[in-house]
Amino acid sequence: MSDTAVKPINEVTPQVSGNPKAASALEDRLAAITMPDAGFSAEARADAMARLRAMGLPAPRDEYWRYTDPRAFNAPRPAALPFDADGAESPLFTERDKLTLVFVDGAFDEAASDDLSLEGIEITTLAKADAAGDHWSADLYGQLELAGQTPVKRPFAALNTAVAHDGLLIRVTGKPSKPVHVLYRRGTEDADAVWHHVIRVETGAEMTLLESGMVGARSNGMLEVDLADGAKLHHIAAKRAVDPKVGLSHIFARVGAEAQLKSFTLAVNGTLMRNEGAIDMVGDDAVAHIAAAVLGDGDNGPFHHDDTVFITHGAERGESRQVFKKVLKNGATGVFQGKILVKPGAQKTDGYQISQALLLDENSQFLAKPELEIYADDVKCSHGSTTGAIDEEALFYLRSRGVPYDRAIVFLVLSFLADALTEVEDEELRDEINDRLEAWLTTRPQI
Amino acid sequence: MLKINNLHVKLEEEDKQILKGLSLEVPAGEVHAIMGPNGSGKSTLSYVLSGRDGYEVTEGEASLDGEDLLDMDPEVRAAAGLFLAFQYPVEIPGVGNMTFLRTAVNAQRKARGEAELTAGEFLKEVRAKAAELQISPEMLKRPVNVGFSGGEKKRNEILQMAMLSPRMCIMDETDSGLDVDAMRLVSEGVNALRSPDRSFLVITHYQRLLDHIKPDVVHIMSNGRIIKSGGPDLALEVEHNGYGDLLAEAD
Ligand SMILES: Nc1ncnc2c1ncn2[C@@H]1O[C@H](COP(=O)(O)OP(=O)(O)O)[C@@H](O)[C@H]1O
Ligand SMILES: [Mg+2]
Repeated sequence: MSDTAVKPINEVTPQVSGNPKAASALEDRLAAITMPDAGFSAEARADAMARLRAMGLPAPRDEYWRYTDPRAFNAPRPAALPFDADGAESPLFTERDKLTLVFVDGAFDEAASDDLSLEGIEITTLAKADAAGDHWSADLYGQLELAGQTPVKRPFAALNTAVAHDGLLIRVTGKPSKPVHVLYRRGTEDADAVWHHVIRVETGAEMTLLESGMVGARSNGMLEVDLADGAKLHHIAAKRAVDPKVGLSHIFARVGAEAQLKSFTLAVNGTLMRNEGAIDMVGDDAVAHIAAAVLGDGDNGPFHHDDTVFITHGAERGESRQVFKKVLKNGATGVFQGKILVKPGAQKTDGYQISQALLLDENSQFLAKPELEIYADDVKCSHGSTTGAIDEEALFYLRSRGVPYDRAIVFLVLSFLADALTEVEDEELRDEINDRLEAWLTTRPQI
Repeated sequence: MLKINNLHVKLEEEDKQILKGLSLEVPAGEVHAIMGPNGSGKSTLSYVLSGRDGYEVTEGEASLDGEDLLDMDPEVRAAAGLFLAFQYPVEIPGVGNMTFLRTAVNAQRKARGEAELTAGEFLKEVRAKAAELQISPEMLKRPVNVGFSGGEKKRNEILQMAMLSPRMCIMDETDSGLDVDAMRLVSEGVNALRSPDRSFLVITHYQRLLDHIKPDVVHIMSNGRIIKSGGPDLALEVEHNGYGDLLAEAD
C-alpha cells in the first residue's frame, strides 16, 4: 500500500455525484456511444442508466477490481485493431447441424444468418423488438442484470443494459432439433461492440447455445438466462481472440427447480478479458455448472484473463460446480474470483469450486480469490485453488516413449484442461473442442 | 548392444553419489538380470540410461550400438531403440491410452525416417497385441494408466514395449505387484519379443520372474556397482541365501 492516509469513506468508494472526475469520465464514456432507439426496453434502459450514474465506473482500487485494471474498459473508445476480414475465421462446431446467427460488431447480420425459424423456439432480435414496441422479454430485459447487482456492483453490466443496440431474444418452449450458434464477426477496426441476449427456457424445455468467433476491438456482451422449472440450457462459448482485443462479458442466470445450467467457455489469447457470472439458484434441486478452459500466451502482447463468478444457493439440494483451468505462459496473468453463497435454508446444498493454473514459465502468474459464505448448517461445500508447473515425471514418461518435448507439453496441457472439458456434456462437441485445442497448441505461436 | 563403462552418477541437486563405477555389457539377443538390495541404485541406472533429468554423470560412459546415449534427449534414445518399463508407470488424466501410444509409435517412426502408421494399421496392430496381454478395448480407450490396477499398469507397459518394438528393453521391477496370472501374461509378452537382435535388462528383486523369463546372465548390484555376475544359478543362490554372503564377499 502506498497511500497510508485514512480517507473518508466517500472517497474510497467513489460516488459519481461526489467525485467530479469519475463523473466526467463516465460522461465521456457515454458521449462516445450512439444511443439506441429504445422501444419495449426503454424503461429498463433508463433505469440501468440511472443505476450506472449512481455507481460510476469502477476504479482500480475497488475491491471487485483488485486484480484487473478497469481502465481499458473505462476509456471512451477502444484502440483501433486491424484485422483480416477474409482470413482469420476458423469455423468451430462444424460437425453439427445448427442454426447459425451472425453478429457483426455486435449487430445482427440477417443476410449472413440462417432463417430464424426453428421448431420449439422463438427467436427475434433486440433491435427488431425495440422497433416493434411491445415484447415478452420486457419482464426480463435488464431484470436479471439488476438482481445480479447485489451484493456486488457491476457497472459494465448496467452500461450494457442501457446502451446495447442488439442481441437475441430467445424463448424456448420445446426441444429444438439443433443448437443455436451465434457467430461473431468483426466489421470495423475500432468497433466497441455491445450486445445483450435474453434467453427464457420454459418449463421442461431445453436448448444448446453455441458462441464462437471474434468480436470487436472492445466488446461488452451479456447473456441473461431465465430457466423455468425443469428447463435446461447448455451453453458453450469458444472465444478466440487471435488479435489483442479487450473484452468483458456477463452471464446472469436464474435457475428454477430441477433446472440445469451448464456453461463452458474456451478462451484463447486476447489482451484483457473479464468474464463475470452471477448465478441465482432459486428453485429446489437446481443445477449450475460454470467452467472455463483458458490458454494465455503473453508473447503476443500482454495477456490478462479474469473469471469472476458468484453463485447463490437460495433453495434446497442445489448442486453447483465451478471448474476453472488456466494455462499461462510468457508473462500471462490469470485471475479467478469465485464465490459460493449459501443462503439460510438452502439445506443439502452441494457446492464445489476448483480453480487451477498451469504456469508454463516463471513469468506468468495466477491470482485467485476463492470464497465460501454459508448460512445453512446441512451443506457440503468445498473449494480448492492450485498453481503448478508441468509435471516433470509425466513429461519424462511421455518423452521416454519417443514423444518429442513440444508434443509432450501439448499432451500435458490437454491433460490439465481435461476436468474443465468434461463439463461439456455433449461428447461430440467436447471432442471437437479438444481437437481444436490440440491443433492450437500444436501450431504455435497461434495458440 | 548396450555398453556401460565405469559409470559414476550423482544427484544433481545433492551431493549424493549413487552409481559408483558401474560396468555392464549386454550383447544382442541376450537377457540380463540385475538383482540387488533396495537402494543399490537399480532404478537410478534405468533412469540415467533413459535420460531422466536430475542426475549428473561425473564419470564413465554408456552407449547403444556404439552411439553415446548420455548426450541424447529421452525421445531420441527412444527412437534409437531404448525402452524403459517403469517401476511406477505414470498416470496421465485426459490423454487417451491409444492416442498416446499412436503418437509415440509414429513419432519414433518419423524420427527414424520410416513411414507413419495409418489409423487403421495402428488400430489393427494394437488390438491384436492388447488381446494377447488381455488388455480390453475399454482399457485402451481410458486415459493413460488412470484407474488401472497395479497389474494392469504393468501389462500396459508391456503393450507399449510390444508396439514400439525397441531393441534394448529395460524393465524395472515389472514383476512387483503382479499376481501369478499377471506374471504369466507379462512373461509371455516378454518372451514373445525375444529375438536375436533385441536385448533385455531385467531388474528384479525376485528369482520368481526369472523362472518365466530365463536370463543368460545375472548381475548382482550393491551400493552403485555390479559386485558379481554369473549364470542363472546366481539368482537361485540369492533366493536361498539372501545377499548377505555376496555382499560380505564383495567387501
Ligand atoms: N531423486 C532422488 N532424491 C534423493 N535420493 C534419491 C533419488 N533418487 C535415488 N535416490 C537414492 O539413491 C539410492 C538408490 O535409489 P534407487 O536407484 O531407487 O535404488 P533401487 O532401485 O535399487 O532400490 C537410494 O538411497 C535412494 O534413496
Ligand atoms: Mg527401484
